[in-house]
Amino acid sequence: MADNRPSIERQSTPEGISVLLTGNWTAACLAEPATWPQIESELAACATADTLRMSWDLRKLQRLDHTGAQVLWNAWAHRWPASLLLQEAQRAMLTTVARYTTAPPRPTRKSLWQLFLLLGDKLFMLSEHITYFIRLNGQLLLDSLKMASKPRRGPWRDVSGHLYSIGATALPITALVGFLIGVVLAYLMSLQLRQFGANAFIVDILGISLIRELGPVLAAILIAGRSGSAITAQIGVMRVTEELDAMRVMGIAKGYRLVLPRAIALAIAMPLLTVWTTLSALLGGMLASDLVMDVTPAYFFEALPRAVQVSNLALAVGKSVVFGLLIALIGCHYGLRVKPNTESLGQGTTSSVVTSITMVILVDALFAVIFKDIGI
Amino acid sequence: MKLTSAPVVKIDKLWTVFHQAGHEAVIHQDLDLRIESGEMLSIVGGSGSGKTVLLRQILGLETPTRGRVSVLGQPASQMGSEGAASRVGMLFQHGALFSAFTVLDNIAFALRELKTLPAALIRDVAMVKLQMVGLDPSQAHKMPADLSGGMVKRAALARALVMDPPLLLLDEPTAGLDPDSADAFCALLRSLHRELGLTVVMVTHDLDTLFELSTRIAVVADRHIVVSGTPAEVMASAHPFVHDFFCGARGRRAASLLQQHPATV
Repeated sequence: MADNRPSIERQSTPEGISVLLTGNWTAACLAEPATWPQIESELAACATADTLRMSWDLRKLQRLDHTGAQVLWNAWAHRWPASLLLQEAQRAMLTTVARYTTAPPRPTRKSLWQLFLLLGDKLFMLSEHITYFIRLNGQLLLDSLKMASKPRRGPWRDVSGHLYSIGATALPITALVGFLIGVVLAYLMSLQLRQFGANAFIVDILGISLIRELGPVLAAILIAGRSGSAITAQIGVMRVTEELDAMRVMGIAKGYRLVLPRAIALAIAMPLLTVWTTLSALLGGMLASDLVMDVTPAYFFEALPRAVQVSNLALAVGKSVVFGLLIALIGCHYGLRVKPNTESLGQGTTSSVVTSITMVILVDALFAVIFKDIGI
Repeated sequence: MKLTSAPVVKIDKLWTVFHQAGHEAVIHQDLDLRIESGEMLSIVGGSGSGKTVLLRQILGLETPTRGRVSVLGQPASQMGSEGAASRVGMLFQHGALFSAFTVLDNIAFALRELKTLPAALIRDVAMVKLQMVGLDPSQAHKMPADLSGGMVKRAALARALVMDPPLLLLDEPTAGLDPDSADAFCALLRSLHRELGLTVVMVTHDLDTLFELSTRIAVVADRHIVVSGTPAEVMASAHPFVHDFFCGARGRRAASLLQQHPATV
């Protein structure tokens, strides 16, 4: 590479200054970190003298490409120098560059008024989202009625497929996370409880908090991240590849074939996963209590039914059915709104996960307020 | 332009075997191909004969099961390394423009990645390339999603050529274009080939494109190159695939139409 590095030599001749260019004037060679600053400063030095009076000699150049030609043309301030010695191919290239060098059109800037109007746009978009979501809900209701009237024609294979991919394959991760949360909770509580000598209350704390709150919310957040994003991405890719349009042309309702099976699968899988997560969290908490506070598993099993009323379990299961439906609907909502390009797909998936996690927590708070007198 | 006597692309004893559930599919068997500098070579063959796979192997996107592919004197497996844009340009069938960037940013991408050249220079180079491929300066700030099929191909060609690579690969350059745009695109390719002294390798099914552009045609059939030569030489070949491809139903139909309505044509 060293011998064909682009370089500039200035020579004083009786007729004036002549500039001799040598080496490979190509994008790759010019852009060498060691080379470009030199070239740039040399060209700047040429520019301070009267550039166009100099005689430019390009005949010794090994290669010239459009980037090299552009460098020269810019150094000449977009005019031909008075004296230029070059080969025919180089002239053709410089002519092309000279002909096409234009400033790109200015990107249109938004005025303050337009920015102000964007606020209204945002509001309209929000209302459109809400309308679309309500319509999706209504469609789901109609589709489930349709399925209930003709259960034999329902998309059962899709339901079972989604049940497997959303529910069964999520078992290991939910168990692990639940177990660890149980352990952490028991450890932290033990520090406080020991101060009051109230070790036995660990069962009440773990029982109520895990069964009523943490189990359902934890499982819902994991599934929102795991399957909510997958639903949006699946449906979004179908939009990008025009599969949704293909379904429509065949007269297959996307609500019935895409939204309904996912909603059913999540409404079934979510309560089961909640119970599973809660169980493994309780297991973790029980083991940790045994280790740290000498609360034996036997006592744990005995005290748990007394500490936690059955209504808590019903509340948790009921909540998680709602969470499941929410995650499925929000996932489908954003998936169906993806525009046919990759960027929109990414945005849709992000919004889907963020919205469904937020909604899960919001709805959980709502449940906590409404059912505050039940089970405690 | 520097002309090298060594072939630009050299493929020796290439084997491609795809392992599918239970059985092996041999796509290429002892395939040899040399592409000389300055050629405009078209690779033709039936569906599934592995033309695009061959193109991807030249680019180093796929590794052959056996055999050697070298491009510009280097093994093809090193094609994807840094600075590849200055060695080879590829026009993908659907353009493969980065949908998050404007047309101008797409074209300038490879130059910007060098991180040394000033932004103003890169912008000028990209604008020149944009107009060289026949796009209007006003298209510079459009997003790829807002372009028509022909414009996408042109923008993708400008992006492939931004570093002036000596070798240009084209996958179905005129597929999906209307006849007018296809003709214009062929004319553009031909003038760029002449002006820049490019070596062009393309895969195409379009007979018009094939005859208009190719200086040489290589026919892939029976897992290797059965004929390679000028269009006239290939047409004269007696191989059944070549006969079907060039003198098949479409050719005969065109000929019979000519005979039925000689006055209207």
